Amino acid sequence: MTDTFRDDASRLDVRYVAHLARLHLSDEEAAVFQPQLEQVLGYVRELGALDVEGVEPTAHAFPVQNVFRDDEVRPGLDHEAAMKNAPQERQGQFIVPKIIE
Amino acid sequence: MKYLPTIGLEIHVQLKTRSKIFCGCPNEPGGEPNTHVCPVCLGYPGTLPNVNGEAIRLTVLTGLMIGCRINPYSKFDRKNYFYPDMPKNYQISQYDKPLCLGGSVEIEVEGRKKAVGITRIHLEEDVGKSMHFGSSSGVDFNRAGAPLMEIVTEPDIETPEEAQAFLLALRQILLYGGVSDCNLEQGNLRCDVNCSVRPEGQSELGTKIEIKNMNTFKGVFHALKHELPRQEEVLRSGGAIRQETRRWDDEKGVTEAMRSKEYAHDYRYFPEPDLMPVVLPPETVEQWRATLPELPAKRRDRLVTEYGLPDYDAGVLVADKAVADFFEETARASGNPKAASNWVMTDVLRCLGEKQTELKDAKLTSVSLAGLIRLVDQKVINVPTARELFSELFEKGGDPTELVKTKGLAQVSDTGALEAYADEAIAENPGPVADYRAGKKPALQFLVGQIMKKSRGKANPRMVQELLQRKLGGA
Amino acid sequence: MAGLSNLTLHETADRLARGECTSEDLVRDLVAAIEQRDGKVGAYVWVNVEDALARAREADAARLGGDRRPLLGIPLAVKDVLNVKDQPCACGSRILKGYVSPYDATAIARLREQGAVFLGRTNMDEFAMGSTTENSALGVTRNPWDLARVPGGSSGGSAAAVAAGEALAALGTDTGGSVRQPASFCGCVGLKPSYGRVSRFGLTAYASSLDQIGPMTRDVRDAAMLLQAMAGRDPRDSSSVEIPVPDYSASLRNDLNGMKLGLPREYFIAGTDPEVERAVRAAVEQCRALGAEFVEISLPHTPYAIATYYVVATAEASANLARFDGVRYGARVEGEDPIDMYGKTRAAGFGREVKRRIILGTYVLSSGYYDAYYLRAQKVRTLIRGDFEKAFAGCDAILTPVVPTPAYRIGEKADDPLQMYLGDIFTVTANLAGICGLSVPCGFAGAGLPVGLQILGPAFKEENILRVGYAYEQSTEWHLRKPNLES
Ligand SMILES: [Zn+2]
Repeated sequence: MTDTFRDDASRLDVRYVAHLARLHLSDEEAAVFQPQLEQVLGYVRELGALDVEGVEPTAHAFPVQNVFRDDEVRPGLDHEAAMKNAPQERQGQFIVPKIIE
Repeated sequence: MKYLPTIGLEIHVQLKTRSKIFCGCPNEPGGEPNTHVCPVCLGYPGTLPNVNGEAIRLTVLTGLMIGCRINPYSKFDRKNYFYPDMPKNYQISQYDKPLCLGGSVEIEVEGRKKAVGITRIHLEEDVGKSMHFGSSSGVDFNRAGAPLMEIVTEPDIETPEEAQAFLLALRQILLYGGVSDCNLEQGNLRCDVNCSVRPEGQSELGTKIEIKNMNTFKGVFHALKHELPRQEEVLRSGGAIRQETRRWDDEKGVTEAMRSKEYAHDYRYFPEPDLMPVVLPPETVEQWRATLPELPAKRRDRLVTEYGLPDYDAGVLVADKAVADFFEETARASGNPKAASNWVMTDVLRCLGEKQTELKDAKLTSVSLAGLIRLVDQKVINVPTARELFSELFEKGGDPTELVKTKGLAQVSDTGALEAYADEAIAENPGPVADYRAGKKPALQFLVGQIMKKSRGKANPRMVQELLQRKLGGA
Repeated sequence: MAGLSNLTLHETADRLARGECTSEDLVRDLVAAIEQRDGKVGAYVWVNVEDALARAREADAARLGGDRRPLLGIPLAVKDVLNVKDQPCACGSRILKGYVSPYDATAIARLREQGAVFLGRTNMDEFAMGSTTENSALGVTRNPWDLARVPGGSSGGSAAAVAAGEALAALGTDTGGSVRQPASFCGCVGLKPSYGRVSRFGLTAYASSLDQIGPMTRDVRDAAMLLQAMAGRDPRDSSSVEIPVPDYSASLRNDLNGMKLGLPREYFIAGTDPEVERAVRAAVEQCRALGAEFVEISLPHTPYAIATYYVVATAEASANLARFDGVRYGARVEGEDPIDMYGKTRAAGFGREVKRRIILGTYVLSSGYYDAYYLRAQKVRTLIRGDFEKAFAGCDAILTPVVPTPAYRIGEKADDPLQMYLGDIFTVTANLAGICGLSVPCGFAGAGLPVGLQILGPAFKEENILRVGYAYEQSTEWHLRKPNLES
């Protein structure tokens, strides 16, 4: 089986993964989550015991295909409504800290 | 040592649909910021995407035009990364099951023909646009969710000239298929360039550099003209190329490494649970195939054989589908393809260029141009008169036959009237008459000119010439 | 007013139709009940009395004008995860502080078309992640049967509101049991429809391939009534399915003659509370007495369901919750650049369980681990679906416990995520397989805590489980008992 668990598969770097998810963690959180998530992953690794050779993955609970919409314009939000929830707005735009490219 | 470049392109094409790819907002460029938005394209909690069937059709049509295989099973995936212009912080794209696979586009550079392979075409959503204020940035989501088709080439391109030729050929095809407006100013076509160089004789490719977000073909050309020698220089001086993303600075004429402090990307693709797979029945694909327009290369060949046009002329005409359509309509309606081609290639294209306009916006129709050609062929008017009329038809439109009538422009072919003018001209110009008789042939043209003047341009020049020759004796 | 707040929907509709009460009376009674009891229970996070009264008066006027829509003027409570136009939708989270929804979820729009009034929003585990409603940033919800215990979750506020007489009925959402489990803990009826039966448009997504909206009610007839109003294909949700919606109330009968019911041996296991097992076994006997025939079945991949669920659900959640970034709506903590702003906003905005699940979900999708975790879990999901397909070839519905135990004590499992996850063992399979499930009260464990019977049915066969649930319920009195909140 090629998709079986690697030896280090239950060792995760909580801080690195949290960064991927754009989540700042406090030291205390990192210390608490690390063993908790390792424990959960240890449990999840039991899936490795099953033979899934040749089994198709299920991405959708009920198989349906080709669900398309007609190319029609429909009314959206007027500008005021679109900006109503904005934490910060300027000149009709959503303001964020300066983007560095 | 000689270095060989390897170039691959990823071209993002905005599709010509009425509405966005996953919601009913208008797919229109411009507009005041955040006026073409709804909860779906703003990534509001609870909203779901809905695939615009037209975006699927246009992508498949593109695939069919460049000889792709249409994937019998295609699906959407989520590509996860955070960016302020991306409403959901994941982009709905296609990862391992794109709509189209394979195919190629033929290019010609300095007389050498070559096919550039296409790896795949997939469909995804565009992101918003950010603009920079002093210490902050603003985001406009009008463009977020515009349908974007990504065409990925094989690394078959070897020179900046080939890259440019490929983009021009691709653009022509996309315009032919009506899948995109391909308006570069509006960013309808954007391109990421992957390039590397390797020493001649080495088989594995060099380290790849990506130049992001080019939106002019000239930019791609100049960026490569700069980047490839830069890489060669690094290698020549014993350095190594570091895999990175660079940006072309058009003003400075250099590529620069981007400053983003993002870690190595881990997009965590997974199948989009909110969208169902696309499994197009072969009948549907065949129906779409039946609507395909004739492509430029094929059309060029046909114009040569069907209308007897020179290769070059046919090439000029097919460059723009609207022009080629106009030519064919004119040729058929006038019954004179040669004249139609001359008129279109010279007068029509010149006027379009001068007026900075396109055929679809011009007043001139193929029917009126064909009418003009027929009037000349039937010797009702002469060519200079036709030129004058053309300008008017181009500006204002109208029926050439009517115009000739109301303006009294029909040329004089009545022998009696012509003879009277000829006699006058001979009597008034003894010098040139003597010259002609003495064997100075050009003197005849002077006399023809005098008669044309007397007729106020309406005389049939060939008849005048024959008449004079007869009257003055000798040929 | 005379206890209108303890009526069922169908009784209420009858009284309204006969002119014995008005919609305004109903709203006033419910508001009085909320004022009297919600200080103890904490079911609601937001109530708009003025708006509800205004809509109730409109409904009363419409009724006088001959309007006979089935839900006209009937107030409902809504889990804080569903978008209702001009109402907040905080999903139990700090990160959606200040957010006001600009649109109606499709399920809400359909109920509105039937005349329903949306009285208030109920508490929940943050982003529906949890089984106790303790993971809410908006306050504690207590089980009306024992205020020291949790109401279950994540739709704990909805279950508590119905049980405490603070709502006639409520909407919940169920991703791994979040309707059925709190219904079981609070002694009400909870229905999780088949995946694709009710549109998810407007349901703030936790795990898109598992989420469904379901009714939480006082009896099975009410659940049928609300499902009827919400079910059916919605062009705005590609996963909603074009299968005709039957007349659910027509399937409600007092017997189970001709019904074949399955008992899966993997659901009657050591570790289940003996009193829970006794109650469920008694319910099985009751169904046999009503005419049902029983077959023993096997769902062999059940032991892998929890692991599968927590991989699939957290992976989807990690993407679904990425949009909460402080750019377009919700709370924000400023930062030096966008990345810094995201990190701080999400650190301050999300609670611990949400953070844990986002990290877990991000990890199982990340480069190098996708095949081992996510892809494998999707394959096991196929096996679990296959188990049910085989089982339903030989029976019309399956009976099981809903949860291995009655309601937990508040704080009991707060620091042990894995133990908490394991409590979902009997409910997650229905979500993974996309089938429908119903929880109906089937007794009480020693200390007076409700116990639920789970009835699972094939996909798009809600009429099967409603029929079983109704016949069983009508032959017992468990659903008529009320908690004593007066002391
Ligand atoms: Zn939109």
